[in-house]
Formats: sequence, C-alpha cells, structure tokens
Amino acid sequence: MPSDQPLIQFDWIVNNLGEIGRRLGEHIEMTVIAVVIGFVVSFGLALLIRRYRGLSGPVLAVSGVLYTVPSLALFALLLPFTGLSLLSAEIALVSYTVLILVRNILAGLESVPPDVSEAAVGMGLTASQRLWRIELPIALPVIVAGVRIATVTTIGLVTVTSLIGQGGLGYLIVVVGINQFFATAIYVGALLSVALAVGADLGLLRLQRALTPWSQARAE
Amino acid sequence: MAGTSGAVVAFEHVTKRYPGGSDQAAVDDLSFTIPAGEICVLVGPSGSGKTTTMKMVNRLIEPTSGRVTIDGTDVMSLPAVELRRKIGYVIQQVGLFPHLTVAENVAVVPRLLRWKPPRIRERVEELLDLVGLDPGTYRDRYPAELSGGERQRVGVVRAMAADPAVMLMDEPFGAVDPIRRDRLQNEFLRLQAKVRKTIVFVTHDVDEAIKMADRIAILQKGGILAQYDTPDAILARPASEFVERFVGADRGLKRLSLGRVQDVPLAEPVIVQAGEPRAEARERLAQHGDLRYALLVDERHRALGWIDPRDLQGDGTVDPTAATPGAPTLERESTLRDALSAMLSSSVQLGVVVDERDAVIGLISVDSIGEVLRAPVGAGSQS
Repeated sequence: MPSDQPLIQFDWIVNNLGEIGRRLGEHIEMTVIAVVIGFVVSFGLALLIRRYRGLSGPVLAVSGVLYTVPSLALFALLLPFTGLSLLSAEIALVSYTVLILVRNILAGLESVPPDVSEAAVGMGLTASQRLWRIELPIALPVIVAGVRIATVTTIGLVTVTSLIGQGGLGYLIVVVGINQFFATAIYVGALLSVALAVGADLGLLRLQRALTPWSQARAE
Repeated sequence: MAGTSGAVVAFEHVTKRYPGGSDQAAVDDLSFTIPAGEICVLVGPSGSGKTTTMKMVNRLIEPTSGRVTIDGTDVMSLPAVELRRKIGYVIQQVGLFPHLTVAENVAVVPRLLRWKPPRIRERVEELLDLVGLDPGTYRDRYPAELSGGERQRVGVVRAMAADPAVMLMDEPFGAVDPIRRDRLQNEFLRLQAKVRKTIVFVTHDVDEAIKMADRIAILQKGGILAQYDTPDAILARPASEFVERFVGADRGLKRLSLGRVQDVPLAEPVIVQAGEPRAEARERLAQHGDLRYALLVDERHRALGWIDPRDLQGDGTVDPTAATPGAPTLERESTLRDALSAMLSSSVQLGVVVDERDAVIGLISVDSIGEVLRAPVGAGSQS
C-alpha cells in the first residue's frame, strides 16, 4: 500500500456517497434475507424436533458439523453448484443462521418452567394454544437473543461473500480497498459494517424489551 | 351464597397400572364417593398414588380400568380439553404464566370459554377482591412482582375463574412457610364456605388433611384405600394399624385440630389505647376481675401488646412503650391445636383473636380449650 496516500480521502467518500449507500443497502438486504429465511427454517426444524424427539440428535449433530466449516470453504464448496451468485451467498448465510437459531429456539422452549407447562395442560389449553400463547411468549427473550447473535454473525459474514462476487460493504473492503490498495474504502466498509452490527444488536434488544415487559419485572 | 355449586365426584373400582411398571398397581381398585360441595383430602405416604388418583379426575392420567364420574358422567366420555376447562386446577408451584399479568392469568380459562370481555373483567375484579388482593393494585402486576403468598392466592382464584364445580388442588400450600400456610388455609376455608365447590385436595401432611378435610381418604402404598371417613371418625376409630400409625400417636391431641377458635366462647378483653388516662384503664381492669392484664390496641383496633397493672398506676396517660409485645394473634378459623401451641409458648397464656383486618374481637384461654377437650367424640363442631 503506497505510504504517500492519506489515511482517509474524504473527497472520495463525498464523490462516492451513492455507491457507498448502494453497498450498505445491499448489505442490509442480504442480512435480512438470510436471517428471515434462516428463522423460518429454524422455527420449523425446532418444532419438528419437539414433536419427534429422535430428530434432535441428528439435526444438532449436522448443524454442529456445518458450523465448524470455515465460511470461506463453504462458499468455495457451493461454487460448482450455484456459481458466483447471490444464491450461493444466501445458502451459506442461511446455513449459519440456522445453526445458531435452532439451538436458541429449542433452548427458549425448554426454558419454560415445568410447573407452567403442567398448569397450562391442566387448565385445558390445547397443544397449539400452549405453543402460541404460553411457550413461545415465554421463550421469546432466549429466541431474540439467538436472533441477535445470528444477525451480528451474518452482518460479518456478508463481507466475506465479496469473494464470490457479492458482499455489500465487503465489496468496498475487498474489491475497492484491498485489491486496489485503497485504504479509505477499507475503513469506510469496515466502519459501516461494525456500525450496522452494533445498531442491529441494540435495535433487536430494544425490540425484545418492548415485546416482553414481564421479563424485567421484579418484586418490589 | 351458602348453596352448593359443587358436583358429586365418584371413583368406581378405579385401577391404574403403568405399562412396563412393576406388578404393583399405582392405584388399586379404588371406590369412594365425594359428596357435592365437600373437601376430600387424599393423604398418604409417597408411592400411595394420591396424586395419580387426583389426576384421573381431569384426565391428566387415565385409568386402566374402572371409571371416574362427575355428577354421573364418565370423565372419559368428554374431550380432555373440554373437561379440564370445567375443573379448577391448582398445583404446589402455582405455575402462573410469567408473561401474563395477574388479571390475564385469572382470565385464561374464561377466554378459552369465549366469555365476553366485560364479563371477564368483572369476574377478575370480583375474584381478586375475594382473596383480599386490591384489583387496582394487583390487576396489572406480573407474577414476578408478587410475594409467594400472593402468587398462591392468584393461583387459587385462577382455578376458580370459570366457576368450576370441581377443583383439584395438589399440595397447594406446600411451598409457603408455616405461618403463611396457616393464613392461606384459613382464607381458603372461608372462601370455600362461600363457594362450596367439590374439592379434591392432595397433601402428605396429616395435620393439613385434618384441618382442611370434610372427608379424608387415607391411601397406603400401592394405591390401596386404607380408610375413608370424616377426620373426627378417623382419629377416634382408625380402621387399621396402618392408619393408626399414619395419623400418629398423638391422635387425642390431633382432635384438637378439629376444633376451631370460633367454637370456643371468647372472653372480652380489657382494651386500652395510647394516650387515655391511666385511672380509667385501671378502673376497667379492676372491674373485670378475671383478667390480670389490659390489651393495648392501635387506632384500627389491632393488638399491640399487654399492659401490666403496675404500668397503670399513678396519674398521666397510658404509655404505649410499657406494653409487652408478642400476644399471639389467632383467627377464628385457626385450629384449637395451633391456638394452644401459640398460647403455651407466650408469656401471657391468652390468645388474641382477630378478624380479617387484624382487629381484636376477643380472647381465648387455655382453660376454655380444656373444656372443649373434655367433650365426648363427635361433639366438636366440624366446619
């Protein structure tokens, strides 16, 4: 990297605001798609596991193994099938969110105290009423905690997808920054990515607090 | 409100065996009938099938053979969910829903039964009032914001919300400390006197069984019914050696648990209040004759302590700091056994009887309990 270059070239930022905004939007979009699809898939899997206890071992084992595969390697493995595409990127991103979310949704449902479940059965709630009215609301803090981890992880991983031609802010970091020895783009991409992660994390925390006022209630 | 809203609950040759379990049944050929509006306490050592028996009423457990009926209808003939909504259910750990407010917890079953919102709101207020929880204060609280006793009360009224004819209570007061338990038991007996549900009550505590029951079913290992009778009859005539051992060697003393403070004539206390002239108080104490001490009360008529005649000498006003605190306070529903025990362990052997608002209504003495003890079996009134 040439040393005569100033650390941050503000005129580049000003001249490329449109491009930076577009990449930020792309980053958010990829994250939202991955987390939403990941959540739907995980939710279904978690309910299946609760219905068929035997599934819990295999599902958690497979997801545990997938989680250990380096993200870079996963993108590379998908190349022969789905190429340098958004689809490849999303398949990998969704996989990672599922690994995190299935465990958290299950942990959340298991956090329902046994006496609460017993009371719900004894009072005559059907299985689906128990799930939607009692178990899921009580599991919500743990589930949202999982969504926060999954979202922050995904925001980080999206930058890596620049290696297969996607990337959101990762495009600024890798393609504009590293490949062209241009520090300003690296800083802009990295800082925005961090800000996005922190913002999403805090936003979700506030959402969880708003949805579960009871979880902060304590005896006076 | 003295009418009975309960239903007859009958067990007819009910047996429960668990698949793969030992040869011994959990509940073995159980037959007994609980009259409408009575509290039947199932009591026995662990492994006697008392909880299993209770859970067969609302089908949390289903009998292997025989049948359980409510007002003649076999519980197995109704859909389980529908049946359970008609039967109140209270468990030891209460099981309040932590994400719902007190009012929402109480409203769960009425909502399942699709009551109109105004009717639900009215019912919730009525029930909270009934157990002394001010609706304005408690309605919107979450369970985490309640004390153990308050949670237990909410658990009980939640079970009563849809006015079920039958209530099942599985060690409902087992998780609270002995003093609060006594209060909750008394409160529940007062409540039951008004609502007259048929109640199946499980406990492992013989004293609680004797205090709460209209009838006691004593179960022994293997779910065999050892005796089913009124507490008085069980204590007076245990049917077997097992029952005799189970109710304990102090059967005579336990019969004291059958009598209530309200069964004994109360003595009038000599009441004094802070700031009143000593001469007047002294004169009243002298006029009474039998009593050696005056009782100091506050402006709401709650007992503060005993005043010795020596502290009433001379001029001036009654000095509240001279009072000896620690007069045992008893409720009308307290058992004579608890009353006696409290009196024997206090310096002045008199119990102060108070109403729901802790205001003094009279005194009870060791002598007056002795008179009740001398009465023959069956003469003690049983509420």
